[in-house]
Amino acid sequence: MRVGVTINGERREADVEPRLLLVHLIRDVFRLTGTHIGCDTTHCGACTVLLDSRPVKSCTAFAVQADGRTVMTVEGLERDGQLHPVQEGFVQEHGLQCGYCTPGMLMTSYAFLKQHPRPSEDEIRHAISGNLCRCTGYVNIVKAIQHAAGRLAAPAG
Amino acid sequence: MIPAAFEYHRPSTLQDAVVLLGRLGEDAKVLAGGQSLIPLMKLRLTSPRHVVDLNRIPGLGSIAERDGALVIGALVRESELEASDVVRRRFPILADACRVIADPLVRNLATVGGNLAHGDPANDHPAVMLALEAEVVAVGPQGSRRLPVAGFFTGPLSTALRPDEILTEIRVPLPPPRSGGAYLKMERKVGDFATAAVGVQLTLDAGGTCAHAGIGLTNVGPTPIKARRAEALLQGRRPDDAVIREAARVAADESDPSEDLRGSVAYKRDLVRVLTARAIRRALERATAAH
Repeated sequence: MRVGVTINGERREADVEPRLLLVHLIRDVFRLTGTHIGCDTTHCGACTVLLDSRPVKSCTAFAVQADGRTVMTVEGLERDGQLHPVQEGFVQEHGLQCGYCTPGMLMTSYAFLKQHPRPSEDEIRHAISGNLCRCTGYVNIVKAIQHAAGRLAAPAG
Repeated sequence: MIPAAFEYHRPSTLQDAVVLLGRLGEDAKVLAGGQSLIPLMKLRLTSPRHVVDLNRIPGLGSIAERDGALVIGALVRESELEASDVVRRRFPILADACRVIADPLVRNLATVGGNLAHGDPANDHPAVMLALEAEVVAVGPQGSRRLPVAGFFTGPLSTALRPDEILTEIRVPLPPPRSGGAYLKMERKVGDFATAAVGVQLTLDAGGTCAHAGIGLTNVGPTPIKARRAEALLQGRRPDDAVIREAARVAADESDPSEDLRGSVAYKRDLVRVLTARAIRRALERATAAH
């Protein structure tokens, strides 16, 4: 089946089998390998991408479901060589150790901060409860998201 | 994990979807949020030859108050329920439940309708809807019919829906004044199924007597359980400590758990007792605070 997806602002098309998972369309067909496959069982959230602006687990959606819709992956965060404040937060606060969960953490955080620009620590912890970090580096991940919230709230310039 | 091959159908009207299901029969599965179906297909626990995707059918995605009921369309996502103003104001039991179903990412796709239609006793909405005495609307070739949720769950992963019927909406009666509800879930971690969970919905009369009680139990039997004897015990009585303790003990008796990795039969029964008592107390607090 022919599918057309706007991914990170760019219109891409592909011929896919209906059983192809969204994460495989992204990684294997579009060659955007920033999105990770972790557990492959809807638990870990390493494969989190935004589907029409909402973070979802791309191992648990079919590529055909994204037809005509927009997808944003971790590759879409950086603009003109500038890291997004969420990415900067993870750098500044050491929000990663092995880095495997990071693409999913970043996408969940990005979508969450758009909805909750001044989050409490509890709200942050609730928001990332579908993303597992097996290095258990949650303390710094929370700090990274707080750092990003501060940067995003600061006036430009 | 790759599911077995299937043919994908994307009807754009409910009518087309019903006709398709009528033609494809038992070989077809309906896809709404996909958060139960796709994992099962990946594990090849189910391998339908046809998948009928409801997601492009307009009109199934709204939450509305209509004719004395909260009407939840089949494509309403759990996260939309969580954000809904009417749910927060009038249905604290639903607000409790949709914060503990799976995890926030799954809730962005998972639907309330799917949570019921899947018929899994480990899902959370069945017990909540049993407590709320909701109905589901099913549309098939003969038109639409309403089915009370009590009676909807016919066996493990089985419901009263026919293969050519689609659950299109859930109708939850608006609670009368002096009503309150609560859903309490014991889970080992975020995203796990309940070790046990209990939903309670109460209405008090002006004198503080329990005028109506609904109690549903999650994941402690082959189907979701409506704890009718515990409900009857509360009705017409002033819910003091002794009555609450007795209702909780009876609800535990009505549960029928099996031993698994989450715990023994005795542990789960006792959990039902403890959670029922706590849920009744919280429902009472809310019923009292509301007025």
